[in-house]
Amino acid sequence: MALGSGQTVIRVADVSKRFRLDKDKSLKERLVLRSANRVPVEEFWALRNVSFELDAGATLGLIGHNGSGKSTLLKTVGGILTPTSGFVEKRGRIAALLELGAGFHPDLTGRENVYLNASILGLTKAQTDHYFDAIVDFSGIEQFIDTQVKFYSSGMYVRLAFAVAVHVDPEILLVDEVLSVGDEPFQRKCLERIKSFQREGRTIVFVTHSLDQTRELCDRVILLEHGNVIVDGLPTDAIRTYRQRYAVDEPEDENAEPVGSGELTITGVRVLDGSGAGCSEFVPGDDIGIELEVTAHAAVPAWVCGVEIRNQVDTLVFGTNSELLGVTLPAFADGIRRIRFTLPRIPMTEGVYAVTVAVHPPAAVQEFHRLDRTVAFTVRSSADQTGVVYLNAGLQVL
Amino acid sequence: MSLHGAAAVQDLPMERVNAPQGFWRGFGGTAGDIWQYRELLVNLVRKELKVKYKGSFLGFAWSLARPMLMLLIYYIAIGKFLKSPVPDFVVYLFSGLVAWTFFADVVNGATSAITGNAGLIKKVYFPREILPLSVVGAALVQLVLMLVVLFAVVLLSGRHVAILNLLWLPYALVPLLLFSTAVALLMSAANVYLRDTQHLVEVGLLFWFYMTPILYAYGTVQDKLHAAGGWVEQLFIANPMAVIAFGFQDAIYQTGSVKGVQLLYGGNLALRLGVVTAASAAFLWFAQRIFGRAQGNFAQEL
Repeated sequence: MALGSGQTVIRVADVSKRFRLDKDKSLKERLVLRSANRVPVEEFWALRNVSFELDAGATLGLIGHNGSGKSTLLKTVGGILTPTSGFVEKRGRIAALLELGAGFHPDLTGRENVYLNASILGLTKAQTDHYFDAIVDFSGIEQFIDTQVKFYSSGMYVRLAFAVAVHVDPEILLVDEVLSVGDEPFQRKCLERIKSFQREGRTIVFVTHSLDQTRELCDRVILLEHGNVIVDGLPTDAIRTYRQRYAVDEPEDENAEPVGSGELTITGVRVLDGSGAGCSEFVPGDDIGIELEVTAHAAVPAWVCGVEIRNQVDTLVFGTNSELLGVTLPAFADGIRRIRFTLPRIPMTEGVYAVTVAVHPPAAVQEFHRLDRTVAFTVRSSADQTGVVYLNAGLQVL
Repeated sequence: MSLHGAAAVQDLPMERVNAPQGFWRGFGGTAGDIWQYRELLVNLVRKELKVKYKGSFLGFAWSLARPMLMLLIYYIAIGKFLKSPVPDFVVYLFSGLVAWTFFADVVNGATSAITGNAGLIKKVYFPREILPLSVVGAALVQLVLMLVVLFAVVLLSGRHVAILNLLWLPYALVPLLLFSTAVALLMSAANVYLRDTQHLVEVGLLFWFYMTPILYAYGTVQDKLHAAGGWVEQLFIANPMAVIAFGFQDAIYQTGSVKGVQLLYGGNLALRLGVVTAASAAFLWFAQRIFGRAQGNFAQEL
């Protein structure tokens, strides 16, 4: 297919967007406050000098924290917001899947809403007639198509809305986090649909929080932070930067106050490499050591020490403790003890991992002390893999 | 699904999204944009009409039943109880009321047309004018139905109808459409920035209604207006809705005067309607330009 021909379809030129936050809209407030000369106006820049060009057939992902400006950028490209300065140019028709079923009216039937929604998205009646069966088929709610949508379950509602949206026939598709709707089979169907849009050579811009989706679908990613473009490049680079920034932010807000009864406290946690030296970057297959320094403030007859490793979406990747490992830790009343967990040949994929440690009495709920996400380490894999475990995969043609 | 996406995109021109329009130009561009979205307009009008009576037993028949019942109430309350000096008062009243009801429906509906569809405005691009215009469309359907009822009553009552006089109807309908649409655009945009608009509009319309000779005949107040000063009379007659109401009354009621009391406007109605039409057209252009300026910030203000 003659794609990637270098034909620019979207040009965003030095776009900035300033939002004003007026606190109140009533006449009374305005008159009273304006005369007192203290109209509460807050301003902030949602986008700051954003520029990029996108070629036909490309799939661009926009990632960033909440409030980083991704949705604002998408809406500016879609013509819903007007930039404060700069401009956006496009070639061909844009369809925006920004919110599903935005135009649905609860009192109308599914059929009536399909036609209404399709015309909001820019389809003609003839086109809607043509796609109608496909839309109903895709949504999988044939039985209820002539029922008023107020009787629909939220799942059915969203499925019908998505079905309409994906049958719009645009050159450029803007998608804002709508891929996380419906049950799992329906989500798969939606992803398939997006992929077939890609095969048809359409240009797609989408906003997501799912980094896996980003890696799977995009050939280019822009990372935004406070309205500025931080990275504009390959998905792996942007995702790596995003994760690093995310991990750096994380531990600081958490260790505000100590958790636990305090007979023992963890006074130090270090991540070590195979030789016992401090290290924070690993590749799959490395040996890792996690060393804890425990200080006693009161005598404890017996204690257990545990460790957890979580990834950036807070999924527990690995966890163990001294009891599970069959080690009885000796009682101690004062001073400092050091213990080290060794994790040989880690089978983890690229990402940032946070370590949580705790000390507690055997078989007890109440902990002596716990530190959540206290240290982090990074794993980098050179191979382009997705998923949660690193497998040294190969391929043979038989 | 067709594959034209990739193939055709090379040939399409690069165009600005939300190209800034000068104040003086841009009306034509927007009009073209709206024309492209005409199917949406039609669908929204259909939705408004459907939703209005959805779930009620009589359904769309209410659109006919409502003006008929209104007519009956006025006939009994004012025609019989209050004994208006105007013969066939119901017909007189309804001639003007048809125009006023359209105007009031449009202005009331349009004021909340943008704010009431915040979900759409924030999520989908389409020319924002479509929303107030769909209110105009729905009101137009109601207007036609009211006229049907009114004409049926006129024919049943055996009043003499001069066919030539009926030509006033389209002549008065054009300024009514232009003027109502212009006010609709302004109010729908104003309500986004100042939510008090919808309450001001309610009160304003009530005042405006009594300033317009619909419940009473112009001839019955003319002397008092004249006594108050020539400029008061001129101000009263400068009300575009008054001139439009005169047009409707001339077209349908047709009885010029009874027992020396002037019931219809005696002056040069053709000229006045012409002026109102021209002024309304200019006003509509102006209102659209204001709307066009305001709409860029709709999505963030809502």
